[in-house]
Amino acid sequence: MKKPPATTPVTRRGLARFKGEKASELVPQARLSGPMPWVIAIMIALTVIAAGGGLALNNLAGAARAELAGGATVQIMEADPSERARQAAATVDVLVDIDGVASVRLVPEEELDALLEPWLGVGADNEAVPVPALIDVRMSGPVTEERLDRLKVVLADAAPAARIDAQASWLGPVFEAITSLQWLAIGLVVLLALTSAAAVWLAARSALGSNSETIEIVHLLGGTDSQIARIFQRSIAVDAAVGGAVGLALGLAAIMVMGDRFAALGSGMVAGGGLGWIDWVLIVAIPLVGVLLAMLTARITVLAALRRML
Amino acid sequence: MSGAEGDVVQFDNVGLRYGSGKEVLSDVSFTLYPGSFYFLTGASGAGKTSLLKMLYLAQRPSRGMIRMFGTEIITMPRTRLPGFRRRLGVVFQDFRLVEHLSAFDNVALPLRVSGVPEADLRKPVADMLDWVGLTHRADARPATLSGGEQQRVAIARAVIGRPELLVADEPTGNVDPDMALKLLRLFESLNRLGTTVVVATHDVHLLKKVPDSMIMRLDKGRLSDPTGMLRYPPGRGSVGRRPT
Ligand SMILES: Nc1ncnc2c1ncn2[C@@H]1O[C@H](COP(=O)(O)OP(=O)(O)OP(=O)(O)O)[C@@H](O)[C@H]1O
Ligand SMILES: [Mg+2]
Repeated sequence: MKKPPATTPVTRRGLARFKGEKASELVPQARLSGPMPWVIAIMIALTVIAAGGGLALNNLAGAARAELAGGATVQIMEADPSERARQAAATVDVLVDIDGVASVRLVPEEELDALLEPWLGVGADNEAVPVPALIDVRMSGPVTEERLDRLKVVLADAAPAARIDAQASWLGPVFEAITSLQWLAIGLVVLLALTSAAAVWLAARSALGSNSETIEIVHLLGGTDSQIARIFQRSIAVDAAVGGAVGLALGLAAIMVMGDRFAALGSGMVAGGGLGWIDWVLIVAIPLVGVLLAMLTARITVLAALRRML
Repeated sequence: MSGAEGDVVQFDNVGLRYGSGKEVLSDVSFTLYPGSFYFLTGASGAGKTSLLKMLYLAQRPSRGMIRMFGTEIITMPRTRLPGFRRRLGVVFQDFRLVEHLSAFDNVALPLRVSGVPEADLRKPVADMLDWVGLTHRADARPATLSGGEQQRVAIARAVIGRPELLVADEPTGNVDPDMALKLLRLFESLNRLGTTVVVATHDVHLLKKVPDSMIMRLDKGRLSDPTGMLRYPPGRGSVGRRPT
């Protein structure tokens, strides 16, 4: 009989780290073949879309508010065109001299016609349907009731047919609607984030459950708790990162498509609803948080399982 | 029992019960001396695996004292146990091979856990697989191996790091008599290099194949010493090798 092979004593090497490619092979990687990355991908995509929508809505409301806060509109409600033109000119003359008025613009007739065209039809006769003259007033700082009253007093003499309104006041109901939409978006993002966190947590736990045998074997062969936790953390992080990347891509694609659709509406209001760089940073952070959460779950679960062993 | 520093393992009045059941092991006291070869026998259910579990640090006793390599291990902090486990080689009764690793990677696992560089472990692992007759199955997953082949992988994994204490639970239960003998030679050669060996077995024929082995008998959870050699081992004091 042949002599048995020589063996090398390993015990003097101390508790070296077990890491790298060979260590990660201990855990079969599910990647896209398992359910975990897909569950994570879908939850991350939904969270990204809700967050993108919420942030866009927030910017839209903020931009519209800032723009409208300092605005007032003067309408000259006068049927006679020449008298209307006179009062409009007088209004502009009076307003430019008032403190706190940043700019005054008489909206040209063509622009008014264009605005009204959808309602009155092309080439509608101005004489037939009297249209008030519009004067757009921009004030420095928000338009308060007092400032508005002061303008009214001044205008009463110059243009008796003038009626002045703060732009924000017309849009009060719109703002209320937007505010409740914002709350809805915040609620959705919070719910989706919680569900995503739960999905990541459950996926990480189930991935570990199917590897509990391996955990025990490496433990019995002298693997330290942190060695074993690191192996699983890494493996789960890879799965979560794959899922997170796919989810982010899906979510971003949806945001882009929605953005294009809204931009195509050409409405001045939606132009304020774009996403700033800080919004993009927040959105990209969503999958990163997912990966961190998955790693944390893996670590906690593995260490808890190991602590039940001697 | 007063233990000497050089003793590999010392059990003193160890008892074990699972949960709230009755004791499966009672008043177990023995000492394993360096470089000795022990057989642990006893009927099925006598408690052999239970005793070995405490020996390979997978089970805490319900009472009593255990010293290993000169250190009390029951009160030791968990964080120090991996260092002790790396000085052991274990053949589990149910093999415990990692399902998705090849035979080669299973055998290499203890070396990798201990941080042996890849370049240094290829040859020893290949040689060991050759010795247990599995070179042609080196890339096979455990599920595709026969029971005897899995057992040989488990044995190769247990001895690859030349442990100070080898604990084998029914290591020849699934192989033919020729292979059983061959595996026993492997244990003996390891023993000759200084490893203390404990082999649990039902197979009385095996006992006679290792001339200077000592026999521990478990009977319904109690240890008996039929040869008296546990108490008066031959060659006590000649560390690493008993006289033949
Ligand atoms: N995890 C456990 N929980 C509860 N009881 C257990 C457990 N493991 C073993 N036992 C009981 O302890 C006793 C001893 O079992 P053990 O496995 O140590 O026997 P054994 O001598 O190794 O038997 P065999 O030769 O069949 O392997 C048996 O009565 C068994 O039912
Ligand atoms: Mg057993």
